[in-house]
Amino acid sequence: MPQRNIVEAINNALVEEMERDPRVMLLGLDVGKLGGVFRTTTGLIERFGDRRVVDTPLAEASILGASLGLALSGMVPVAEIQFLGFTAQGFHQIGPQLAKYRHRSRGRFPCQVTIRAPFGGGIRSPEFHSDAVEAQFVQSPGLKIVMPSNAYDAKGMLLEAIRDPDPVLFCEPDRLYRLGRMEVPDGDYRVPFGKASVVREGDDITLVAWSAASELCQRAADTLAADGIEASVVDLRTLVPLDVETLVKAVAKTGRAVVVHEAPLSAGFGAEVVATLMEEAFYDLDAPVARVASYDIPFPAASMEHWYLPSLERVVAAARRTVSL
Amino acid sequence: MVERRSILKPDGTIVPGSKPRMDEEFLLEALRLMMLSRAYDERVIGLQRQGRFGVYSPGLGQEASIVGSAMSLDPSRDWIVPQYRELMAVVRQGYPLELITATYMGKTTPDTRIPEGVNVLPTQVALAAQLPQATGLAWGLKLQGKDAVVMAYIGEGGSSEGDFHEALNLAGVQRAPIVFFMQNNQWAISTPRRMQSAVPSFSLRAAGYGFPGVEVDGNDVLAVYDVAVEAVERARAGEGPSLIEAVTYRMGFHNTTDNPSRYLDPAEFEEAKQRDPIQRVIKYLTAIGLWDDERQKTADQEVAAEIERVVEAAQAQRGVRPEMLFDHVYERPPERVERQRAEFLKSVNGH
Repeated sequence: MPQRNIVEAINNALVEEMERDPRVMLLGLDVGKLGGVFRTTTGLIERFGDRRVVDTPLAEASILGASLGLALSGMVPVAEIQFLGFTAQGFHQIGPQLAKYRHRSRGRFPCQVTIRAPFGGGIRSPEFHSDAVEAQFVQSPGLKIVMPSNAYDAKGMLLEAIRDPDPVLFCEPDRLYRLGRMEVPDGDYRVPFGKASVVREGDDITLVAWSAASELCQRAADTLAADGIEASVVDLRTLVPLDVETLVKAVAKTGRAVVVHEAPLSAGFGAEVVATLMEEAFYDLDAPVARVASYDIPFPAASMEHWYLPSLERVVAAARRTVSL
Repeated sequence: MVERRSILKPDGTIVPGSKPRMDEEFLLEALRLMMLSRAYDERVIGLQRQGRFGVYSPGLGQEASIVGSAMSLDPSRDWIVPQYRELMAVVRQGYPLELITATYMGKTTPDTRIPEGVNVLPTQVALAAQLPQATGLAWGLKLQGKDAVVMAYIGEGGSSEGDFHEALNLAGVQRAPIVFFMQNNQWAISTPRRMQSAVPSFSLRAAGYGFPGVEVDGNDVLAVYDVAVEAVERARAGEGPSLIEAVTYRMGFHNTTDNPSRYLDPAEFEEAKQRDPIQRVIKYLTAIGLWDDERQKTADQEVAAEIERVVEAAQAQRGVRPEMLFDHVYERPPERVERQRAEFLKSVNGH
C-alpha cells in the first residue's frame, strides 16, 4: 500500500476527487503554479487547468464569499486560506454567512464548500501564521470543524468534507505535514465526521487532543509508559460534530484525563471538553480533569514559541500529577 | 464631472435626441410595479405601526431605480442578489409578494422562502457581504457555460465596506457576468453621502477594477433601464462586469425604527420630492395619450386590490411552530444538536 505524508495525502485526495467530480474546483492564494505555500496542490493546475485551479487576488473575504456563490451556481469549491490566522480578514464570510446560509434561506440554499487552512506552531513561521483559532469557529452553527492529525485521516476526512452538503472548515496541522509517512490507500475511502479515534488504549489516564496535539499526546504516552503509566489517547478528529460517546467512554474507563491543545487556555475547545466530561462522566472521575494549552497571551515570536506551546514535558507532568491525585 | 445619463426629465418630457429602449408596453408595466411599490410601502408601514409587520425598509422615492434595473433581466435565467431595499425587483424576478409579506409577518417557514426555480438570493443586511457571493455566483455560472447574468445590489453606504472592493476586484479579474447596481440614495441611515466618500461619483470607482462605470438619474426609469440593459448585454456577451450608480433619494426612512426628523434637512427633502420617479412617468404617459384620470383610477384600484389579496394570502400562511426552530441548520445535524432539539421540544411542550 502506498506510503504518504499529510501533504501527499491531501494532494492525492484532491486529485482523485477532481477526477471523480468535474464540479470540484480549487481557489486560493498561490494554489496554481506554485502548488500552494506548503505544496499541497502541486501538479493540480497542470492536470486540471486554470479554470479549476485558480490563483485568486490576495483577499480572504472574496475567496470565501465567492466560494459561497460558486457553490450556489453548482460548483463544488475547495477554498484554501493560506493560514488559519488569516481567516480573520474573511471571518464574516465564514461564521455569519457560509455557516448560516442554509438557515438564512430556510433550506433553499445549502453551501457545499470546503475551506482548507494550515495552522499551528512549531515551524517558526512569522506572526499570525501559527494561531490556533479553531475554537472561534465552534460558535458558528452550521459549520463543521475538522482537525485531522495524520495522513490517513487527512485524505479520508478531506473526501468526506468535499462531499458534505454543508460547509466544512478543514484545519491542517502544518507541523505534521511532512513528519512521516503512513499507509494511505489509493482510491476512495472516507473517514466519517463525529467519530473520535482511540489511538492508544491504557488503563491509567486518558489524554484528549486533536490535530498536532494528538501527535504530542502519543509521544507523551510513550514517555509515561516508560514510567509504568498506561495512557489512552483519544483523537477527537472533529470538534463539530463532537463524538461525546467515545470521549466519555474513554475517560470513564480510566477515571482521569488531561486535555491538550495549542490554542490559548481560556475558552479554548478544551473548556468545552471538560464541561462535557463534568456533565457526562462526573461520577466516573477519580481526579479533576487537567488542561495543558498555550498560555493566554498572543502567539510569541518564533524564537520563543517552544516556551508557549504545550510541550512533551508539560503534558507528561500534568498526566503524572493527575494520576497521583 | 461625470455625465449623468438621463432620458425622462422631472417635468415628464424627454431629453431631446434620446431614444429610450423601453417600449410603451414595458413602461406601463414598470409604472404598475412602481405604483404597487409605493402603495405597498404605505400599507405595510401601517401594519408595522399596529405591530403586525416586522422591521421594514421602504423603497419610497427609489422605485424607478429598483424597477428599471430589474426589468433588464430575464428572470428565467438571470439572477438577482439583493441588499434589502429592492422589494419590487425581487417580486418582478418571481418571488411572490404574498410570500415575502408572510415572512415580514413572522411566518418564517419553508413555505414562504424563495421558491425553487426563482433566481433570487436572500436579502442581506450585513452590507456588501452579498457582493463577493454574487461575484462567485456569476463566475460559477460562467464556468458552467450558462447564459446567465447576475444583478447585485448595493447602496452608496455599503460601498464603503471592504467586501465591496474585494468583490468588484475579483469580478474584474474573472470577467464575471455581473452588474453591480448601486443605489445612491444619499443616506446610510443618518450618514449623508458626503461623509461616505470623497469620490465625486461612485461610478468612477469602476476604473479601479478595470471595467466601465456609469452614473444615471436613478429617478428616471427609462434611463435606468437603458444603462441596465447595456450592462446586462455586455455581461452576456462575455465582456465582464459593470458598475451602475443610480443617483436617487430616499424619500422615506431607513427603516421603521428610524426617525429622519433628527437629521434630515426639510428643504432638501422638498427639493427631492420635485424629482419624484413616478410622477414624471405619469406626466410623460399623459402627454403621449396613454394615461388619464380614468386610467389612474383603475390602476389605483387594481393596486389596492392586489395588496389586499397579498395581505390576506400572507395571513393565511401557517405560522411558525417549535419543531421548526432547529430546521435547516445542517443536512445531517450533529448528534449533540439533535439532543438539544429533543430537550427543547420536551421543555416547550411542558413535559
